[in-house]
Amino acid sequence: MNLGLVERFLPDMLRPFAAGPMEQFEIVPIFPLSFNGAIDLSFTNASLWMAIVVGTSLLFFTLATRRLQLIPGGTQSMGEVAYEFIAGMVRDTMGDEGRQFFPFVFTLFTFIFLCNLLGLLPSIPGSPASFHTFTVTSHIIVTFVLAILSVGLVVVYGLIKHGFGFLKLFAPSGVPLWLMPLIVPIEIISFLSRPVSLAVRLFANMLAGHVVLKVFAGFVGTLLTAGGVLSVISIVPLFGIVLVFLLEFLVAFLQAFVFAILTCIYLQDALHPSH
Amino acid sequence: MDAEAAKYIGAGLAVLPLLGVGLGLGIMFGQFLSGAFRNPSATSGLTGNFFIAFALTEATGLFALVIAFLILFS
Repeated sequence: MNLGLVERFLPDMLRPFAAGPMEQFEIVPIFPLSFNGAIDLSFTNASLWMAIVVGTSLLFFTLATRRLQLIPGGTQSMGEVAYEFIAGMVRDTMGDEGRQFFPFVFTLFTFIFLCNLLGLLPSIPGSPASFHTFTVTSHIIVTFVLAILSVGLVVVYGLIKHGFGFLKLFAPSGVPLWLMPLIVPIEIISFLSRPVSLAVRLFANMLAGHVVLKVFAGFVGTLLTAGGVLSVISIVPLFGIVLVFLLEFLVAFLQAFVFAILTCIYLQDALHPSH
Repeated sequence: MDAEAAKYIGAGLAVLPLLGVGLGLGIMFGQFLSGAFRNPSATSGLTGNFFIAFALTEATGLFALVIAFLILFS
């Protein structure tokens, strides 16, 4: 094995990737657009990847529901599995009343799942930074908006349906009256921390996963260029990347699932505030 | 002590919750497996709840990681 050759050419090959594990989260404008420098409405790589995600889900579900058959083919059964999965989740947590929330939960799940999944695609080598693979859900503002959306829906729907009765959410039935001054603040704090924990859970999972992937990739580069025996054992972190990647696929699905099911549980509170 | 050094020590301390997360995940996996081995027919019913608990426990460690990142990069 001619390591001299590797040492000579590898640094050049690695240069586009070697700007550190946090570089992948950088937001790069593609079409700059700002008003007086105060409001920035640029079309960025984040916007591009959200558009790709929405386009992918549109394409997939259009293909899946085109020419429906009694005995489904490949695409149609994949679509049916996704539908049945979320429908079952909504039915289990909210019962028949929850059916009205099915489109919301299904959209939320599909969007988050595809954001997580498409963010795992490798970038095209040598492409400009604005077209590198970008995980939309690795930015806390995106996940926070999604979390505020679901908790906001809980509050608005609860207030419309139950009026002031919705406030019974903060005073669980069956609690003795003298305990109320303690329970009510705890319930309020726990309610207020819901959007924060929803948002941070998804964001932190995505951020940590992608940082770990890039750190392992950095190990490979560093070991390979170190020369001698170290170049040979660079195969170890390379297999490590494969394993972390598998875990990331699980996490991508799991976090979308957890976000959706917690939304269902919170919506159940809006349907029946006095638990 | 240098402020920069204190920052790194703080970031290191901030990820100590991983101790608890490791314990928790270990207990959870162990309990899940012992439940699944004792009553294999109930496994499919356990899996869903198990994965929710896995994600919720894991998230605690990641909250710690976010705090460490905040200390390091802000």
